[in-house]
Amino acid sequence: MSEKKRLNMRKRYELLTRGLAWEPSYQPREKVFPLELFEGIKIVDWDKWEDPFRLTTDAYWKYQAEKDKKLYAVMDSFAQNDGFLNLTDASYINALKIFVQGVTPIEYQAHRGFAHLARNFAGEGAQIACQMQSIDELRHTQTQIHTVSNYNKYFTGLHEPFHMFDRVWYLSVPKSFIEDGRTAGPFEFIVSISFAFEYLLTNLLFVPFMSGAAYNGDMSTVTFGFSAQSDESRHMTLGLGIIKFLLEQHEDNVPIVQAWIDKHFWRSYRLLSLVSAMQDYMLVESPMSWKEAWAIYFEENAGALFKDLARYGIKMPKYHEVATAEADHLSHQVYGILYAASHAAGFQTQIPTKKKMDWLSEKYPDTFDKYYRPRWELWREMEEKGKRFFIGALPLDCQVCQVPMVFTDVVNGNPMEPSYQVSEYKADKYHTCSEACRDIFEHEPEKYSQAMIPPQQIYQGNCGGEAIPDVLDWYHFTGGIGGEYKGSIDETNWKKWHGGNTGS
Amino acid sequence: MAEGKIFIIFQDNMDARPFIDAVETDNPEAVMQHEPGMVRFEIVGTLTLSRETVEEILGREVDLQEIHMHLISLSGNLEEDDDFIRLSWNT
Repeated sequence: MSEKKRLNMRKRYELLTRGLAWEPSYQPREKVFPLELFEGIKIVDWDKWEDPFRLTTDAYWKYQAEKDKKLYAVMDSFAQNDGFLNLTDASYINALKIFVQGVTPIEYQAHRGFAHLARNFAGEGAQIACQMQSIDELRHTQTQIHTVSNYNKYFTGLHEPFHMFDRVWYLSVPKSFIEDGRTAGPFEFIVSISFAFEYLLTNLLFVPFMSGAAYNGDMSTVTFGFSAQSDESRHMTLGLGIIKFLLEQHEDNVPIVQAWIDKHFWRSYRLLSLVSAMQDYMLVESPMSWKEAWAIYFEENAGALFKDLARYGIKMPKYHEVATAEADHLSHQVYGILYAASHAAGFQTQIPTKKKMDWLSEKYPDTFDKYYRPRWELWREMEEKGKRFFIGALPLDCQVCQVPMVFTDVVNGNPMEPSYQVSEYKADKYHTCSEACRDIFEHEPEKYSQAMIPPQQIYQGNCGGEAIPDVLDWYHFTGGIGGEYKGSIDETNWKKWHGGNTGS
Repeated sequence: MAEGKIFIIFQDNMDARPFIDAVETDNPEAVMQHEPGMVRFEIVGTLTLSRETVEEILGREVDLQEIHMHLISLSGNLEEDDDFIRLSWNT
């Protein structure tokens, strides 16, 4: 074997990501890349774009293939050994249902979005990074579907995530989030996804939640989660690289980028309110509370990050202090609405067990016993009297984040007062859940006034009919897959498979 | 300069072990935490991983980009070359 000296990493990266394009001669450049100008972002030199990991296409394929080989080996052995029987409890799967219904379709939309950027950015380094990310996001979609398809044989609610994503009321939260980015220009999309979502917040989705999956015996999900997150490390690094690239290209970019950071931080945060409920309430055993995860992965990490970005004149996202104040309340408020409306959902809910309530008291000493335990106790009394509580009417959704308006004015010390806001646009009233969502609405009312808000659409008869059973059929939620966990198909099967003994 | 807190998280499995051990060797001040399925390091300042350390542990030549197989997450500005990976904030 001849001992040929390998090029060093910098040289390889340069050779494989530069000098691959050409200057157009039949058409002016702005016609070839028509989306590059209208957002006001000024790019002086695309060659300054660098992927900090300097990953090149050859190495990319090699490592991704290895990751998939490992992941599919774990999935196979999990399936062949009936690994699902070793979960802590079948109720854990309800968190996974929200994940596959809500997150997997986002991954697919991110795949399409990055393919779009790979075509519409004029710089070669950026095109290559976006191509890789596009393929990553498709890999995440596929590996998530493959992991969950094993569970789909045994549990309800996992059968048609893409159909559900386009129709179901609570899934309009993730749908409206990703479509907000996808209908924006290319630079706003990349700030929304690569920076606000991937860099600032995906740790909250993929790290404590996936660690929670491991804690609950779900070795299949933790493996796809961490395999996806290994790509996220690259995306996060790139997300930070992109922000710096935009800020260094031209000073006029700074206020535009700041406004996008403010908006998409808040949009991502409201989306993750669903994750807070999954983490604190739906994991049978939770290794870490939402509040703890927020302190580590947002407060501490973003604090250091924004100190780093201060030299460009970039500040912490607007309303970050509201999000931090809400950390004591978020999961309780959101799981409350999921509990009360699960008769119209593709997952089941139940009152937290005594052990879970004690854990919540310990993790939320300032709020749980004072504000939320009494409500659970009331709902438990109702259940014991045979009147399990479900809300009769449809909730009012926020016009921007589309989460039912359950949030309260925590930041001003009024945790029992709703924080909703009202705006007027062209003689109509629009309701938002918070000052942050109100600001987003009022900045682009022509966009958000067109949002498809599920409760309104249901009342107008546009969702399969006027009665709840018609709507559930239209969602393909047939056969009683939602509602109370106790006595559900999933619990009944679980008990049968375990000879009458439930897990926890 | 770099006074912010840096973290790096690896999958907790035997393939990732040489990288985990190398981070521990190269950064004696780093705090190591085990959580289900993962190992997390935290350090104030700079976190470094050198190729030499990983090669010594594994007893073979290593391409540091193999780290992509084992990483879960990281923070800070990344500087990477053939011989090292370094994470820090510019504050």
